[in-house]
Amino acid sequence: MRLTIENLHASLGQTHVVRGVSLEASGAQFIGLIGPNGVGKTTLVRAAAALIPFTGSVTLDGASVSSMEPRARARAIAYLAQGAGSHWPLEVSRLVALGRLPHLAPFRAPAPADEAAIARAMSLADVESFRGRDVLTLSGGERARVLLARALAVEAPLLLVDEPVASLDPYHQIRIMEVLRAYAAPNEKGEGRMVVAVLHDLSLAARYCDRLILLDGGTVKADGRPDEVLTPANLEETYRIRAVTGGEGREAYILPVARTD
Amino acid sequence: MRTRPLNAWLVSATLALLVALLFALSVYLGRGGELLADKFRTMSEIDRDLAWLVLTEVRLPRAALGLLVGATLGLTGAGLQGLLRNPLAEPGLIGASGGAALGAVLVFYFGAAVGSVMFVPLGGIAGALAALATLYLLAGRNPSIVTIILAGVAISAFTGALTSLALNLSPSPYAALEIVFWMLGSLTDRSMAQVWFVLPFMFAGWLLVASTARALDALSLGEDTAATLGFSRRSVTLRAIAGTGLAVGAAVSVTGVIGFVGLVVPHLMRSLVGPRPASLLLPSALAGAALVLAADLLVRVPVNGPEPKLGVVTALIGAPFFLWLILKTRKEAP
Repeated sequence: MRLTIENLHASLGQTHVVRGVSLEASGAQFIGLIGPNGVGKTTLVRAAAALIPFTGSVTLDGASVSSMEPRARARAIAYLAQGAGSHWPLEVSRLVALGRLPHLAPFRAPAPADEAAIARAMSLADVESFRGRDVLTLSGGERARVLLARALAVEAPLLLVDEPVASLDPYHQIRIMEVLRAYAAPNEKGEGRMVVAVLHDLSLAARYCDRLILLDGGTVKADGRPDEVLTPANLEETYRIRAVTGGEGREAYILPVARTD
Repeated sequence: MRTRPLNAWLVSATLALLVALLFALSVYLGRGGELLADKFRTMSEIDRDLAWLVLTEVRLPRAALGLLVGATLGLTGAGLQGLLRNPLAEPGLIGASGGAALGAVLVFYFGAAVGSVMFVPLGGIAGALAALATLYLLAGRNPSIVTIILAGVAISAFTGALTSLALNLSPSPYAALEIVFWMLGSLTDRSMAQVWFVLPFMFAGWLLVASTARALDALSLGEDTAATLGFSRRSVTLRAIAGTGLAVGAAVSVTGVIGFVGLVVPHLMRSLVGPRPASLLLPSALAGAALVLAADLLVRVPVNGPEPKLGVVTALIGAPFFLWLILKTRKEAP
């Protein structure tokens, strides 16, 4: 799977939010999309999912996402919106099963393969223990995991997730980052799925992502391995913070301690 | 403690049996609750053709319309609540009922109703289609839910005002009375020709609404998520709104306005089969048919005096029932 974004511009109302983003990614990768509030992370992800009009191009294996047939696109790109929720008090397992809608033939019940995908997704997101509960009676963090399970159940080659760990407790933050990491892990043949996650927790981003893309003012400020992107200079210029950094690998940390402006 | 939703197919099968029973009762039960079986038998001994005519041209259209209109209101109510993700939505919201009522009233106003039994439904359908076309023009090519609701409310208000104007300027008190009585909603004195006339519109409407079933499920998670699950917002909205307008417009054009069925039935079914929009469509259609058939049996109970109008009875039962439902939900809420 190869994702190519070329000179992408997108606006929200009169505001020109994404101002010429180009990037290329292929194969099994866990990409973190980081940057301060309002720099266009969500808008970029929504454009990549063909949810909003944009200029420039977004292609998956050479096929433009905006001209793909909707069901084919739904099988290729799974999307978890920021702060997503449910309008009806659906049962958890029913809600996760909605992730299989792009795969169902008309008038057909879910096949065993769909049931298996639903079970895998529920197990990965650790929501089996409340599978029979009404989603509106869950806590915010539990609900966020249910909605992530819904997106995982699509089993799409490209998974776009907008702030998947923002409302989770520390245990589940680590657990969900591991899930996303595993989702993007290559199989025996070296093929794998791609995850693009909008993240605010820089420590988690540094520990789990293969690659970070730092946005600022609607353009790519830095793009590369976490240690290349999360430099003191970049943190000061984009986030206007000073951070204490340390640790290595899965124990790296970036602790913001002061404003620099 | 919430009870687990019952199996939707089991509920549907039970409701289908109930509808069949009520349909048979509607054909055979007369004024004051008298069973007409013996009368039919005596009549057919005297004049076979007349008995057949009474059965097919008087009793059958009434029962058939009860079934069709009830199913339409239940199905479109459930569909619209799913589309708008709002439990207060009801089929009249998008303005097609108002348009149909206005079209039919204009036929009465110009005294054309005496010309043919088909003129009133024709006027109604024309009114419903005009309302839908206006909605499309107002809401634009890619309408948002809010625009649809606002445009629907505006159309309903405007057609309501024009209907009042027609009453206001009515050439004779008889015409005014005719209009008022027609608007109260009733299944009496309808003909089989009217049933055949509205059937294709209703059927097309049902198919359009039913075709959105899975999209309505996906819409539970919001428009963005539904779009990334492969359902185009524009196509789903157009199908659901056009289907609702066609079916409800056709229903109103022959029976007048029958309120509360489309609002209450999906709520009742939600407490039986759970809140998933797709699983609500069939049970709501069946329960709507059962409710309208039952209410139409109820209006026959008084032996003397004018028959209560069906639309009045459904609202009289529906409104308190709806209140009870709200109280019950409030108690269950955590």
